[in-house]
Amino acid sequence: MPTLIRLENGQARWAENSFVSVVDEDAVPAGDVIVSLKRFLAEGEALLTNSRRVGVRIEADEAVEDLAYDLPRLAVVAVAFPKYRDGRAYSSARLLRQRLGFKGEIRAVGDVLQEQAGFMVRCGFDAFEPADGATPEVWSKAASRFRHVYQRGADARPPAYEERGA
Amino acid sequence: MYRYDALDREFLTDRSNEFRHQVARRLSGELTEDQFKPLRLMNGLYLQLHAYMLRVAVPYGSLNARQVRRLAWIARTYDKGYGHMTTRQNIQFHWIKLRDVPDILDALAEVDLHAMQTSGNCIRNVTADPYAGATAEEVDDPRVWSEAIRQWSTLHPEFSYLPRKFKFAVTAAKTDRAAVKVHDVGLILHRAPDGALGFEVIVGGGQGRTPYVGPTIKQHLPASRLMSYLEAVLRVYNRHGRRDNIYKARIKILVAALGAEEFARQVEAEWAQIDSPSADLPDTELARIRAAFTPMAFETLPARSETFELAKGVSSSLARFARNNVKPHKQPGYAIVEVSLKAIGQTPGDATADQMDLIADLAERYSLDDVRVTHAQNLVLPHVKLDDLPAVHAALAQAGLATANIDLASDIIACPGLDYCALANARAIPIAQDIAAKFADPDHAERVGELKIKISGCINACGHHHVGHIGILGVDKKGEEFYQLSLGGSGAEDASLGKILGPALPADKVADAIDTLVEAYLKVRDGDERFLDTYRRVGLEPFKEAVYAHADQA
Repeated sequence: MPTLIRLENGQARWAENSFVSVVDEDAVPAGDVIVSLKRFLAEGEALLTNSRRVGVRIEADEAVEDLAYDLPRLAVVAVAFPKYRDGRAYSSARLLRQRLGFKGEIRAVGDVLQEQAGFMVRCGFDAFEPADGATPEVWSKAASRFRHVYQRGADARPPAYEERGA
Repeated sequence: MYRYDALDREFLTDRSNEFRHQVARRLSGELTEDQFKPLRLMNGLYLQLHAYMLRVAVPYGSLNARQVRRLAWIARTYDKGYGHMTTRQNIQFHWIKLRDVPDILDALAEVDLHAMQTSGNCIRNVTADPYAGATAEEVDDPRVWSEAIRQWSTLHPEFSYLPRKFKFAVTAAKTDRAAVKVHDVGLILHRAPDGALGFEVIVGGGQGRTPYVGPTIKQHLPASRLMSYLEAVLRVYNRHGRRDNIYKARIKILVAALGAEEFARQVEAEWAQIDSPSADLPDTELARIRAAFTPMAFETLPARSETFELAKGVSSSLARFARNNVKPHKQPGYAIVEVSLKAIGQTPGDATADQMDLIADLAERYSLDDVRVTHAQNLVLPHVKLDDLPAVHAALAQAGLATANIDLASDIIACPGLDYCALANARAIPIAQDIAAKFADPDHAERVGELKIKISGCINACGHHHVGHIGILGVDKKGEEFYQLSLGGSGAEDASLGKILGPALPADKVADAIDTLVEAYLKVRDGDERFLDTYRRVGLEPFKEAVYAHADQA
């Protein structure tokens, strides 16, 4: 099971991962699961009726808008970085938080590196499966390295122009 | 000059500290070169043929004297005593040692400079009209909007891992000195018939191996909605731009594949869903940025300077300089002075540390502490009193900086080419030097008139060959450097892409071929028609015949 870091109130900590990521070929086990968007669209109703929490994994080329009506019932959306250079996941996370109002966990999975921590946090990710062995300490530091930000993100940080006006 | 506040400075300090930490991890071996590469690229540090190259951002090409002096100091202390101005109004140093870079970034930060986002697949340094704030042509100061874009795009959380690099250019004048139509996004500030300030938005222009003159996707974007609209453009690109092929990843490919109309429709649809109050800059912040540009203390002067007129009458070299390098200023009694970095035989765009120091002195003394870098790789002293022109000219001449060739045949844009660059197929600098030598006689160069020659050492087109009146592209033919000529390009308001003249020529035939093209032009030119206009009137054939018939005889 991959290690999971969760960010709460600006602090990154190791977290228990109760979710099993299920590939499409495998049967869905009991308990909390994360399934593909395709599977969720086909079997979602059945999965959600059992007393478990359900998460969906969104690939970089999939549209988060497809989940819009189901988001209140989802515990996790896992947004995949096929490569750290692939920045589509940032848009996906931001839209989930800001446009679609998703309140659950947005988890960064795939090629998740500490150097991207700051950007991920600002786009609304609050859980991370680092691929580079990064610890919560590293993650906390990376996410707060800059005292100021110049633009509004999905986080609560005031952009520079608001700090200046205050 | 935009004056940094405490917040801007703290931001640079944090950035510099972050990179110092990353360099330490690289030097200790904790990071491999592969892992380090994206980090250094985000800080403008390239690994080239012989050394590291550091590209320093010069936002919209604007510098003050203190900054120019610091760049001179860096050239002297950490490089071989010179720097190179780029076609994106930046300055780069070609002989940098990795271990020095954190100290260099600190030294830059002390004078409010940085190297952020001068490389990598992010929003690059915003370029703008180098005459901003000085030309009477502009409807507003493009630097205000460029600075707003600079801040918005700096470490943008959503748009720092785009499919490919992303370049903005902004102008507010009819004469386009920023090549806005060959950028990922070009913005032209204008006023609507009702007087409202807005932008014409051009998206998907570019050069490289697939050049396009960008289409206009919005005729009039209200100025106050700029940031939300840009967010929509970038989001559509970030989500839908190709990532499977580096050569098809620029936004121009997406715009061309969808068609400009469909791309514009997708942007509008995305824009409609963005919450304007949270995405657009408040008017108060725009006003703050506007006020943070040092107000220019222009004196009230007569439009004509007797001192200058008299001096011109006496000195033919001053008169020549005035004809070619001195441009009209919006303020009576002032002029915009172009400082050519294209002395015959020189590497186009290079300035020595001593030259930079002199420019800094002149800027302080004569140009209200303001210096600009142009995309044509020259410098500008934007606010010189006509009365001071003789003194400024004399000082420039002493330092080898008074070549009176702006926009003439020897004012050549050239990329660093195979002399420096790991990507190049051929050298660009020696070709530029050979051609410039053909136009060393200033009377001849003036007689030929405006002629923009642009040279790239490879298909990536950093030397803008597609938009040269004469474009020259270096290609590799079985290990030998050959050069393909094209005619009829323009990166200005009359933008167009050049057409290939014929088979590529060996290096030693290029300068002669340019000579031949110019002779052919002089034969058929109508009145004081520019080379470009003659070409557009008569077409490729007469030029083709001249060059290749000539080559056969040789």
